[in-house]
Amino acid sequence: MSKPVLQVKDLVVNFKKGRSVVQAVSGVSFDVLEGETLGIVGESGCGKSTTGRALIQIPPPTSGTVRFDGEDLTSLSRSALRKARTGIQMIFQDPISSLNPRRRIKDIVAEPLDIWGTASGEERTNLVRQMLHDVGLDPDLTEDRLPRQFSGGQCQRISIARALVMKPKLLICDEMVSSLDVSVQAQILNLLEDLKARYGLTVIFIAHDLAVVKNVSDRVAVMYLGRICEVAPSDALYAEPAHPYTQALLSAALEPDPEHAHERITLSGEPPSPIDPPSGCRFRTRCPYAQERCASETPELREIRPGHQVACHFPLLSGPAT
Amino acid sequence: MTSIDVESFPVEGSDSGPILEVNDLVTSFATPRGRLTAVNHVSFALDRGETLGVVGESGSGKTVLSRSILNLLPSKGLEQSGSVIFDGTDMLTAPKDVLRTLWGARISMIFQDPMSSLNPVVRIERQITETLRLHLKMDRKEAKATAVALLDQVGIPSPAERVRNYPYQLSGGMRQRVMIAIAIACSPRLVLADEPTTSLDVTVQAQILDLLAAMKAERNMSMILVSHDLGVVATRADRIAVMYGGRIVEIAPTKTLFASMAMPYTQALIGSTPRISQASHVRLTAIEGRPPDLVNPPQGCAFAPRCPYATEQCRTDVPPLVAARNNAAHLYACWNPLSGSGGTVSTQGGASS
Repeated sequence: MSKPVLQVKDLVVNFKKGRSVVQAVSGVSFDVLEGETLGIVGESGCGKSTTGRALIQIPPPTSGTVRFDGEDLTSLSRSALRKARTGIQMIFQDPISSLNPRRRIKDIVAEPLDIWGTASGEERTNLVRQMLHDVGLDPDLTEDRLPRQFSGGQCQRISIARALVMKPKLLICDEMVSSLDVSVQAQILNLLEDLKARYGLTVIFIAHDLAVVKNVSDRVAVMYLGRICEVAPSDALYAEPAHPYTQALLSAALEPDPEHAHERITLSGEPPSPIDPPSGCRFRTRCPYAQERCASETPELREIRPGHQVACHFPLLSGPAT
Repeated sequence: MTSIDVESFPVEGSDSGPILEVNDLVTSFATPRGRLTAVNHVSFALDRGETLGVVGESGSGKTVLSRSILNLLPSKGLEQSGSVIFDGTDMLTAPKDVLRTLWGARISMIFQDPMSSLNPVVRIERQITETLRLHLKMDRKEAKATAVALLDQVGIPSPAERVRNYPYQLSGGMRQRVMIAIAIACSPRLVLADEPTTSLDVTVQAQILDLLAAMKAERNMSMILVSHDLGVVATRADRIAVMYGGRIVEIAPTKTLFASMAMPYTQALIGSTPRISQASHVRLTAIEGRPPDLVNPPQGCAFAPRCPYATEQCRTDVPPLVAARNNAAHLYACWNPLSGSGGTVSTQGGASS
C-alpha cells in the first residue's frame, strides 16, 4: 500500500458575493496516494476547480487542512509555502493564455529554474531542451519561438514542460484537455500517461468529461455542489455507481456508438445555487430516491465496499455491501 | 439580381424530393495571409424528416457550411459558388427580401452560445413573439399566448412568469431552451443546430438533445446537427457526414459509418475519442500532427500528411467522394479505404472529382 502524498481534510472554501456567501467547497476530504491519478469529476459549479486551486492555496481555503509531504500547507509562512509549492505544479485549461505571449519558449520553460536558482548556464539550457524533447517537441524548432507560433495542443505540451522542469511530486491538471480537439486531446492524454510513468508523478486530474477522467484515473471522486458524493476505483465507480447522482451523470454521458442504447435517468432541473444550498444532502432536491432523512441529516462519506466510499443515506447497492 | 421581383420568386416548395440540396458548394474568405477555403466542393442532399449529423474538428468547415446554407455569412471578402437549394429556393442567389421570409419561418438556426445569440436587453417574450408576429401575422395577444405555450413545450417551468425575464435571469440550459422555442416557433421545415449543447453540462446536454428530437418528430422537421462530438450525433442522427479540411470525407447512415467506416480519418476520430465503456488506462489512438492550414492546404488528400496509409497518389490527387461498392448510401473520399469497410479501392474515374 503506497503512502499518501496529499491529505485533504474538511476543506471549506467560501467566497463573498455582495452580502451573500457562496459556499463553493463545503467540507471535502480525500487522500492522494503516491503514484496514483485521482480524477475529480463534476458539472460546472460543483467546486472541482476551486478545490484544485485551494490545494495550492490560491486562494487559501476558508478552513480545513492540506497536508503535502507531511507539512500542512495552510499553516505555512508565505516563504515556506512558496518553497513547498515547488513540489506541486498546476496545468490549466487554456494553454495559450497561460503562457506569457512575449517570452520565448525556452525562457518560459526555464522560469521556475531561474526563480529558484536551480540551474544556470549550460545545465539550464540542457534541462530545458530535455524537457521539450520529453513532451514531444523538437527543441531546435521550439526554444527560440513565441507562444503565438504554436497551436493549442503544442502550447499545452509547453505548459507541461514548464510544470515538470522542477521535478514536482504532484501535478494538478485542471481541465487540461477541454479546449483541444479530440485528436489532439488523445495525444495529450497519452503523453500524460507516459510522463507519469517516466517521472513517477502523482496526478490530480480535474475535468467535466466522464470518459476522459475514466481514461486517465486510478480512482475517481464525483463532486456535486461543493461536496464529494462518491469516491471509488475508476472501473468500479463506472460499473457500479452507488450514489444516485453518479448514476444519473453516467447515464447522461454520450458514447460515440449508435448501439449505445441504455436507460437514461433524466434529472429534473438544474443544480441549486451554492449561495443557498439545500439542507442535508445537497442532491436531494433532484434525487429520485430522496426521503425525509435526506433533508434533515447530511450524509457523510462512508465505505460500502473496500475502497468505495459514498455519501448517501440510501446508496444503490447491487453487489455485496458491508 | 436586382431585377428579380420578390413576389414572383419561387419560395413555395413541393412536398416531395429532398428538402435541401447542396451542390458543389465552395465558400472562401479573404484573410491577411491569403484566401482561406473553408468549405471546399461540398455536395449532399437532405431528405424530409431526416437528421443529418455533421462532425469534424475545429477548422473542418462545419460551422461555415451551416452558415452558408442559410446565406448568413458577412459578405466582406466572401466568395461562394455552387448552389444551396432549400425547398425550391437557391439560398445563395435569392434576394435578401426573400431570405427574410425564409429565415425563422421555414429554415431556422440554433447557435452554440445562447447568451450571445439572445438580445440581452429584450425580454424573452418579445424575442419569441417577434418572429410569430412577423411571419405568422399574429396579433399581440395571440403571439403572447403562443410564446407561453412554446416555453411550456420546451420544458421551462412557470412559463407565464418566465416570459417576463431577461436572458441573464436564466441559466445556460434554460437559455438554450428559449433558443429552441424561437427556432421552432413557426414550425420550420429545416432546423440547423450548430453545437447546440457544447456549452452545457452533461446532464443538461442530454435533456436538450432529447427535447430537440421530440420537437423535430412532433413538427415533422428536418435537422442538421453540427457537432465536434461524435457522441452527440451517434444516437441522434440518421446519417453522419464527417468533415475534414473543408470537405466531406465520408457520409453514410449512422450504423454503417460506425460499423464499416472507409476513411482512415473517421477511424482515427472514433479511436481517439475516450469512452466510458472502455476500461481505464486504455491507450487512445492519437492522430499525430494537426489539422491542415486551409490557406495553404496540402496538395492531394488533406488528411494525407497525418494518415498512416497514405501513398504517393494521396499526396498528389484529391480523392473524389465515391460510393462504396455494396452500399450506394455510403460515400467516402479516399484512395486507400479501410478493408472490411464495404468499400474497395475505387477505380480511377469512379466519380467526377
